[in-house]
Amino acid sequence: MDDEILRMRGITKTFPGVTALEDVNLAVRRGEIHAICGENGAGKSTLMKVLSGVHPTGSYDGEITFDGQPVRFAGIRDSEHVGIVIIHQELALVPHLSIAENIFLGNEVTGRGGLIDWNKANAEARRLLDEVGLAENAVTPVGQLGVGKQQLVEIAKALSKDVKLLILDEPTAALNDTDSAHLLGLLRALKERGITCIMISHKLNEIVSVADRTTVIRDGRTVETMDMSEPDAGQDRIIRGMVGRDLDSFYPDRESEVGEEVLRIEDWTVWHPTQDRKVVDGASLTVRAGEVVGIAGLMGAGRTELAMSVFGRSYGRNISGRVFVRGEEVRARTVAEAIEHGIAYATEDRKRYGLNLIEDIRRNISAAALGKLSRRGWVNANEETKVAEDSRRAMNIKAPTVMSIVGKLSGGNQQKVVLSKWLFTDPEVLILDEPTRGIDVGAKYEIYTIVNKLVASGKAVLVISSELPELLGICDRIYTLSAGRITGEVPVGDATQEGLMALMTKDRELAG
Amino acid sequence: MTQTAPKADPSQEAAPAAALHTGSSDIRALLTRNLRQSGIYIAFVAIVALFAILTGGTSLSPINITNIVLQYSYILVLAIGMVIVIIAGHIDLSVGSVVALTGAVSAVLVIGQGLPWWVGILAALAVGLVVGAWHGFWVAYVGIPAFIVTLAGMLLFRGLTLRVLDNISLSPFTPEYQVVASGFLNGLLGGEGFDAFTLLIGAIAVAGYAVSGFRTRVARITYMQPVESFPLFVTRVVLVGAVVMAFAWQLAHARGLPVVLIILAALVLAYGVITRRTVFGRQVYAIGGNLSAAQLSGVRVRTVNFWIFVNMGLLSAIAGIIYSSRSNGAQPAAGNMFELDAIAAAFIGGAAVTGGVGTVVGAMVGGLIMAVMSNGMQLMGVDQSIQSVVKGLVLLLAVAFDIYNKRRGAGAR
Repeated sequence: MDDEILRMRGITKTFPGVTALEDVNLAVRRGEIHAICGENGAGKSTLMKVLSGVHPTGSYDGEITFDGQPVRFAGIRDSEHVGIVIIHQELALVPHLSIAENIFLGNEVTGRGGLIDWNKANAEARRLLDEVGLAENAVTPVGQLGVGKQQLVEIAKALSKDVKLLILDEPTAALNDTDSAHLLGLLRALKERGITCIMISHKLNEIVSVADRTTVIRDGRTVETMDMSEPDAGQDRIIRGMVGRDLDSFYPDRESEVGEEVLRIEDWTVWHPTQDRKVVDGASLTVRAGEVVGIAGLMGAGRTELAMSVFGRSYGRNISGRVFVRGEEVRARTVAEAIEHGIAYATEDRKRYGLNLIEDIRRNISAAALGKLSRRGWVNANEETKVAEDSRRAMNIKAPTVMSIVGKLSGGNQQKVVLSKWLFTDPEVLILDEPTRGIDVGAKYEIYTIVNKLVASGKAVLVISSELPELLGICDRIYTLSAGRITGEVPVGDATQEGLMALMTKDRELAG
Repeated sequence: MTQTAPKADPSQEAAPAAALHTGSSDIRALLTRNLRQSGIYIAFVAIVALFAILTGGTSLSPINITNIVLQYSYILVLAIGMVIVIIAGHIDLSVGSVVALTGAVSAVLVIGQGLPWWVGILAALAVGLVVGAWHGFWVAYVGIPAFIVTLAGMLLFRGLTLRVLDNISLSPFTPEYQVVASGFLNGLLGGEGFDAFTLLIGAIAVAGYAVSGFRTRVARITYMQPVESFPLFVTRVVLVGAVVMAFAWQLAHARGLPVVLIILAALVLAYGVITRRTVFGRQVYAIGGNLSAAQLSGVRVRTVNFWIFVNMGLLSAIAGIIYSSRSNGAQPAAGNMFELDAIAAAFIGGAAVTGGVGTVVGAMVGGLIMAVMSNGMQLMGVDQSIQSVVKGLVLLLAVAFDIYNKRRGAGAR
């Protein structure tokens, strides 16, 4: 019964000044799906780096037994050699190369004379794609695929290496519900074939539905490993383990006091920047003071595109329609003008579009409103530091000083920096695009609390989110968006996940 | 590590705040906090010391120090503009050709047409601005990578130089024009065997440094920010003061204060402040650090990029004027490979290939490292071929050091 494929015993890993892992134990049975949960910074990724040889033997204490043999990895090639493959959250694919080229990258199918046998490689790729259920031509460049399909290519790549233990770091973080479901189904199918999976995830409902056992890590230590078939195993127990206590609720309570209209968008239409189609089609919506309004839509529904085009026409072409802030029409053609008129937009991808990761907290917070800190082009650096320091306290950003480099903060703290930046612009309406993506439960709660404080002070907040429970938990009203059209407007009291999903998929075929 | 309480716990807040106000009080912390930067200074001191020993002290003689200033000033001027271009994530390969073109235009007007010296200087500056605007237009508004635009510019403006000069050299300039690069301010206050005026300027510079340092310190304390401990602050001022005064002392015992050093010092001071203290400077760093994030924060990326290149054109023109003045004429091949020296100075001085990182002062030190090495090797009579090899290796090692540091930084995460 207890056929263990992997045992990590007493793993301790320290970085200068920090103990990232302390005496961590992990046992994984052959052929199971083993979930690892923990807040950001708890040490999950470090543990996986130790396992995959990114942190080589000697840089940590403890021992690893794989397939009954003690193993010592000097690098990632060693771990792949014995059949451990890790798929990182940020996919490692080359966009300009074809699917087949990516699958066999570094592991090319060679024929006579050491030359690559492309016919064989493409045929083999075709077979692997069938296994992962990806109906794409093997010569299609990977860059033309969506994130969900790229994820499948990564798994096909892992399969090509005779994987025994597949590690997935946040595999569904960037996927929509359909793609997530497909991926989870695939993991079950791999399990049938005897491939063991370790899956790091923040999405507890997915863990509950797919994992056989779950190990919870907190502050660099193992809290417990639970068998998901036990009667009390489930989301509540995992959360208890992750945060070390019960969370009364995911979402803080709020009394809504709705005031007058702050943002009104009328008949907003946006065309795709290069293709000949409408991405947003005649959308109209309003947000009032003291109100949190949600936009629910599947990936590709035009949520981000709607927000970005309103935010100083940062997306799309042939934009038509009208935007009003506090009753006055705003014709913002640049981001600077949008900010000036009280619109703020916190992007869904904070690392790529939201933050200057090599710069410190202070300068990231001031970046969107340097004008407020300067006179005739001269920046008051002391005032800037003071503003940042105030934000750090108010937002509870966990960093020693505001001179800390943003790239080294955890996701939750980075998001708080993004929020600080936009709050400092003193916006009338704040658009939050996936405000809690990839951040841990505790930090999510803090972000929700910040949103509540904002609306309590009379601001208006528009939230875009893929997670329906989140929208239901924090919004007053929810619009549904499908294929660029607003298909519904539901007060949160009347909304259910099923009802919203029905609206989000409505008219898809019609609107095409 | 992250202690995640849903509600802020005030007792936890106190600890980092207290650490903040006492932070970085010892030299160790000061050095390691910015190893990259301090590494450059240490390397510079080591190289100066090395060549002082190798040349038996000749490299630190009054005449030689003066020579270094005269000989490399135009590279340093170019490096100021280049580091800004590089921080924004671009590159400029055309500056050597622009130096040639601006010098040529000036020479044609002053030597060829017999116009006054200031007409030549104004015309050169105007040409530099136009060239910069040309590059800025293609990079910022058409969206062509700066590498391509300025590679084209390198060919284009070299060709125009040949056309302007009609393939021949022009020489000599009027004495007024030569003052820019070869003139000295001395004898204004007398002095026996040395120039008192130079020492006075040196002393004023040191006093200015101490006062501005102290005022910054006071302001930081008012805003409750970390400052170095007072003895360390004094040590720093005394050290810098000693170096500046020693430098002034040597100059005073040669020919006095070179005019070009005044120009250079003014530019370094001005651009140091522009990059650190102005909105424009901030936006340059923001663009280089994360272009998309800058755009979505309301930075007018095109405008900023445009002015970065206009500025580079202006500084190229200043370098062109200094160079033509120093070489006392204009040659079709003037400024050849200057771009590479300027780029090397910026990178040795800590600028990152990926943009977003770099300082004007760093680029100056980088340029001086190259200058002291070339000069020292020339004094020792090292063959030109070896000099080139050594310079190449230094550039490579400097960037390798940068990447090594970054990896260490990433590992510590």
